[in-house]
Amino acid sequence: MSEQMDGASRASTNGNEPLLVVKNLKKYFPIKGGAILDRTVDYVRAVDDVSFTVRAGETLGLVGESGSGKTTTGYCVLQLLKPTEGSVRFAGKELTTMSRGDMRAVRRDMQIVFQDPYASLNPRMTVGDIVSEPLLVHKIGNRKSRRSSAERLLEVVGFNPDFINRYPHEFSGGQRQRIGIARALALNPSLIVCDEPVSALDISIQAQILNLLKDLQNEFGLAYLFVAHDLAVVRTMSDRIAVMNSGKIVEEGPAERVYTNPTDPYTQALLAAVPIPNPRRMQERRAERRKHKDVLAEPV
Amino acid sequence: MALLEVEDLRTYFKTREGEVRAVDGVSFSLEHSKMLGIVGESGCGKSVTVLSIMGLVQTPGRVVGGSAVFQGRDLVQLKGRELEDVRGHEIGMIFQDPMTSLNPTLTIGTQLTETLRRHLGMNKDQARKRAVELLEEVHIPNAARRLDDYPHRYSGGMRQRVMIAIAISCNPKLLIADEPTTALDVTVQAGVLDLLHELRSIHEMGVIIITHDMGVVAETADDIIVMYAGQIVEQATALDLFDRPEHPYTEALLEALPQVEGEGIREGRLRSISGRPPDLLDPPPACRFAPRCAYAGQDDCATVPPDLREIRPGHWVRSSHPTSERAAAPVGAR
Repeated sequence: MSEQMDGASRASTNGNEPLLVVKNLKKYFPIKGGAILDRTVDYVRAVDDVSFTVRAGETLGLVGESGSGKTTTGYCVLQLLKPTEGSVRFAGKELTTMSRGDMRAVRRDMQIVFQDPYASLNPRMTVGDIVSEPLLVHKIGNRKSRRSSAERLLEVVGFNPDFINRYPHEFSGGQRQRIGIARALALNPSLIVCDEPVSALDISIQAQILNLLKDLQNEFGLAYLFVAHDLAVVRTMSDRIAVMNSGKIVEEGPAERVYTNPTDPYTQALLAAVPIPNPRRMQERRAERRKHKDVLAEPV
Repeated sequence: MALLEVEDLRTYFKTREGEVRAVDGVSFSLEHSKMLGIVGESGCGKSVTVLSIMGLVQTPGRVVGGSAVFQGRDLVQLKGRELEDVRGHEIGMIFQDPMTSLNPTLTIGTQLTETLRRHLGMNKDQARKRAVELLEEVHIPNAARRLDDYPHRYSGGMRQRVMIAIAISCNPKLLIADEPTTALDVTVQAGVLDLLHELRSIHEMGVIIITHDMGVVAETADDIIVMYAGQIVEQATALDLFDRPEHPYTEALLEALPQVEGEGIREGRLRSISGRPPDLLDPPPACRFAPRCAYAGQDDCATVPPDLREIRPGHWVRSSHPTSERAAAPVGAR
């Protein structure tokens, strides 16, 4: 593998501290009011006192419905949004108080894969330029070495490197997501925040991408913060699960335990609501859902 | 007689690159009070199939052949006013995104009563009274008060309930739901699906539900059609389809689904189907799934188009290698 992929430059923590430690994280968005909207009348508590950890090489699944704050949490971890309060420690360093310059160096180690492979790739850049851009930004290698890195990265994610000079619009959603993953891998990160990485994809393609993410994790020891709304997708990817609702983590634990023996009423209701691809259990599922009627009451 | 009888329906889109056969010879029938699920991935033709039935295909698309006989009339042949009388009156429809289907500048009440006055000739007061009943029927709390709210005051799930109320307002015999819960959260989806189930029984409506979600059809449909590349590849009762899928595509699709229940999920890999669906400008010459099929071998998969045949009573499959006729391990076993 290339010099970026050998792991030598990777962030690591000393001792027992997990790779990512998030404590009492809050993100409030002000609601403006008053005659000329100059006063803050209230706040949307998008993330409201959230704490969790992610160890090197493991996946924490952050699952919740729309508006639960899961994506905002992911963005705050990466400092793409500035948290209102709380601490984000990554590889032993506090990120919330870090200078821009120091943060720039840390960003090499933490990357993101976005939901929409149509919106997240610059349509004016070739595949090769997209994948090697992180190397350019961080001034790694020269033109030629960056190009060969891009080819290698594309190969790693199962994208035919012969198409390196093509543009994103020439490819399907699944292929585009491979390009996005190759870009995230370019700087050999230790943590990738996957923000709904397969929710725009069809089932057969979704399976390809989920398998790829698993393979990459095994090969490179990546840690994932896997943010998604699909409980089945999260289960297949995660060692541990954190369930979010209204800005808070309502339940957290090993995936197996949370799915088979959920203790929080919201988690129980959420699991009961998932349609199971087994018509023989239709009646039983309906009955199960009726038990959670209060929690499942829709917003009006 | 069946409620709806679709025969050899063909809808093609004329584009600069050539003719896209989005729906290519689709036949099925729907009985009264039954719920039929049509599943498939994007571009398989499931939505275009129902749009064709409803006369809602937009240019450059055109229904070039086939028929869709609903209560004795071929919908494909109906024009203008005649079609409008059927649509929204005898056939109700709901779509994926309730916000784009509702007019944001009109109150819910106005939009509900519009249908009642247009199709049932009610006066203002009658229509308003009926509108309240309809909102109650779809379990919208404080129905009378909510009638004067605009759509933006309703949550996504409640908007979809309003759409359902509009769709059933003229007591249709057929309800077509195109991805009705795709834009909704899973907890809200459960409520909307249960509502469809309930209304189907009360009104004795036939329902066609179109979705990409195998879980949704499993929990709602009596019968299921699986579409691939513009064609029906498998059709069976829900129980038989999930118990004994016959088509290699259906089989692979079910194994590609991530599961919420079971053991060794985290360690395991999902079955993936290599490649992607064919370009319908230039589909494979015979079996359309052949290039991605684990069982297509040195036989006629690439030369003779398979027919949709009844492999056992009520179970239809379009493949030369259905599960129950397979002895050998797949070519290049996974």
